[in-house]
Amino acid sequence: MNFWIIQTLNSLALGGLLFLLAAGFSLIFGLMRIANLTHGALFMLGAYIGVSVLRYVPNLWFAALVAAATVALFGMLLERYVLRALAGNALGQVLLTLGVAFIIADFCLIVWGGDPIPVPTPESLRRPVIVAGVPFPAYRLAVIAIAFVVGIALYLLMERTRLGAMIRAGVDDMAMARAVGIPVSRLFTLVFCLGAALAGGGGVIGGPIMSAYPGLDADMLPLALIVVILGGVGSLVGAFVGSFIIGFIYTFGSALLPDLAYVILFLPMILVIAFRPRGLFGRAHA
Amino acid sequence: MPDVEPTAQRRVWHWTTLAVLAAVLAIPFFAGEYYVNFASQIFIACIFAASLNLLVGYGGLPSLGHASYLGLAAYVSAWLFLRLGLNHAYTAAIALAGTTAIAAIFGLIALRASGLGFLMLTLALSQVLWGTAYRWVSVTEGDNGLRGLTRPAPFQLDLDQPATFYYFTLAVTVLALWLIARFVRSPFGAALAGTRDQPRRMSALGHSVWMTRWITFIYAGFWGAVSGLLFVYYHKYIHPASLSLTTSAEGLIAVIAGGSGTLAGPLIGATIVMILKNYVSSYIERWNMLLGFVFVIIVIFMPDGLVPGVKRFWQRWQRRKP
Amino acid sequence: MTPALAIRGLKKDFGGLPAIHDVTLTVMQEERRLIIGPNGAGKTTLFNLITGDLKRDAGEIELFGTEVSRLRPHQRVRHGLARTYQIITLFPRDTLEHNIMLSLLGLSPLRWNPFSPLSRHAELRSRAREVLALVDLEAQAARPLSEVPYGDQRRVEIAMALAQKPRLLLLDEPLAGLSQGERAAVRALIARIPRETTVIMIEHDMDTALELAEHLTVLHYGRVIVEGLRAEVVAHPKTREVYLGH
Repeated sequence: MNFWIIQTLNSLALGGLLFLLAAGFSLIFGLMRIANLTHGALFMLGAYIGVSVLRYVPNLWFAALVAAATVALFGMLLERYVLRALAGNALGQVLLTLGVAFIIADFCLIVWGGDPIPVPTPESLRRPVIVAGVPFPAYRLAVIAIAFVVGIALYLLMERTRLGAMIRAGVDDMAMARAVGIPVSRLFTLVFCLGAALAGGGGVIGGPIMSAYPGLDADMLPLALIVVILGGVGSLVGAFVGSFIIGFIYTFGSALLPDLAYVILFLPMILVIAFRPRGLFGRAHA
Repeated sequence: MPDVEPTAQRRVWHWTTLAVLAAVLAIPFFAGEYYVNFASQIFIACIFAASLNLLVGYGGLPSLGHASYLGLAAYVSAWLFLRLGLNHAYTAAIALAGTTAIAAIFGLIALRASGLGFLMLTLALSQVLWGTAYRWVSVTEGDNGLRGLTRPAPFQLDLDQPATFYYFTLAVTVLALWLIARFVRSPFGAALAGTRDQPRRMSALGHSVWMTRWITFIYAGFWGAVSGLLFVYYHKYIHPASLSLTTSAEGLIAVIAGGSGTLAGPLIGATIVMILKNYVSSYIERWNMLLGFVFVIIVIFMPDGLVPGVKRFWQRWQRRKP
Repeated sequence: MTPALAIRGLKKDFGGLPAIHDVTLTVMQEERRLIIGPNGAGKTTLFNLITGDLKRDAGEIELFGTEVSRLRPHQRVRHGLARTYQIITLFPRDTLEHNIMLSLLGLSPLRWNPFSPLSRHAELRSRAREVLALVDLEAQAARPLSEVPYGDQRRVEIAMALAQKPRLLLLDEPLAGLSQGERAAVRALIARIPRETTVIMIEHDMDTALELAEHLTVLHYGRVIVEGLRAEVVAHPKTREVYLGH
């Protein structure tokens, strides 16, 4: 019984982290039609920046904010000055983000070295908490809570603000959104920054669980991809539901059939593609 | 404006091809073992890039998962040899058949989308294989890779001799490129190019766009598998990195840099990528970063690649006022 | 005699907005039918539903007696359907000859041949040239499509459809964007289409199109308003109403 509770909580924690990563990826793809392959590297870059910040200010939340802001700034420069130059060339943009991902990966290797760097859990969350009679790391519960809070905040942003309405309009029908006078270029930059911030901050928040190590980007990107394929591009709800589905499948898969955890991820992806190619919550674009 | 007289252009290409072939045949006679081996690696990369080009250049289907077929064929062949002790005639046949079958299945999945959706699906599928290669330690030995492989001895040839392996690989490469060229110039190839340019129109003309793409996907996977077999014979070792996004990306940049949609483009691109990888990166030690920069530069400054650029230059040169 | 095209109760919505509203239409074989109506009446949508480029929401579509609404577009071509588009989407980098050959391949088992060079199939090339001769463009056979004037490109497009000897030909605004002279050429071409081919045409240029049509269907807001012989429809008060101010 303990096993199930622990693995369930682990699944939720992983799902929460994946949501921070996948939400940005999904929004960027949905609005800008850019499959941002830099996203895993941004997560890793955030984690490493967090590591450095923590050496001076040992506060994880502060480090997460700094990382989010820095990565968002990088994202802004990337979008405004490089990706925009390739507007209309969807494949070119994807390949560019791939190239940038490789550059970031080696950059991190140069700056922070090849050894994994652990990220210390915040003091206040080091004690285990008893959940249904089972001790569980408090920090992971905090991650779940953070993911939910971010999810709600994003939901409110998308559904209750003008900005969110503009984003949704752009995702549904770009041409119409432009015609109605929505400032599309500014929106693009904003959404890209938002996605980058979520990835960068997510990297730090995931730090105590995953550490910062070379290859973190390559480990996270495929999971984000599968989440978005499953949940549907451009859908926040899809990213949320998909993240937790993958969190569960991957965690239980790794626990029960460690060798084949990746193959098990394969199956829901195939089912969704066979029966709902747009993803569980994706919508056909105009 | 009339185009350059086509036969003059074709003659130039014929003579260039013959010259290259002659030079390539002569290499083992005047180059040291290191260069002969390196050239063999280039041939393998050429087959990989040419097979990917069927999808990207002629099919208009950009794939970031082509390493799947190289890696899978290599692993299957290695595993059958090491674990079951099968002889290479069988391991090769099973590896090729099995990988081609997986290509058919992957194609069914990936072709539910086109454009970026297709790209993401090929990437996701390839990553699943990659992750599995790392984790399924009981089968793949994970990060250690499978070692202790031997090269086959087709027709009693001793492929452990660099020159012999070289000519064997060259023969396979020439065969592959010839069949791929025939494929591209055939009625099927014409239909494929049509589906790349105007899929809706092709449907309206009675062509099954999906079937054309699926068959091409399978054929590209087959030749990817062939390159995988040669790869594992050359290195006598296979590691999950061969299934990685980096490997697929190297193939893709080779195709794009050389010029997708041409027959020579991927060959030139593969040669350049291999040279960069082996020479330059030994000085800089940061192959990933260099690869990343190459991507960025090519995408921004030379999106058509080298071969079309050279062709255009040649045509302008021909048309210059006397 | 089985109608070339029989549509019953066809409906198509776009996100809640009805584009085609319960259309019932029958076109007999060898007919020359013109579909007219103001912009947005649903004419091209109707064509897209017939060819399968769009999926219907309800209704039946029969081609020569066979229900085809479940078939994919390329499968419907096998039932004798061919179509041209408002915007020419051919293959600009290929020669006129090559464009026609792609059309001929569409119904030929040759298209599955992955080995022998296309250039070696002389009979295919000569058939392509014959088709180009039908539209007086044989002299340009080896020129890239992009180098040929728009009016000629339109004739190539019609030729591509005719190359397949279709039983039902849908022409979507074949005169759009053409100069006076080009219009005359295309009009003459349409008039020469063999009788056995049923022709349904969408056209805005009433002066030119009316000559070619024997039967007319007037579409408005996705509904059939008036239908019948040309003279009747032209004189009908509802037709005038629909075109008031046009």
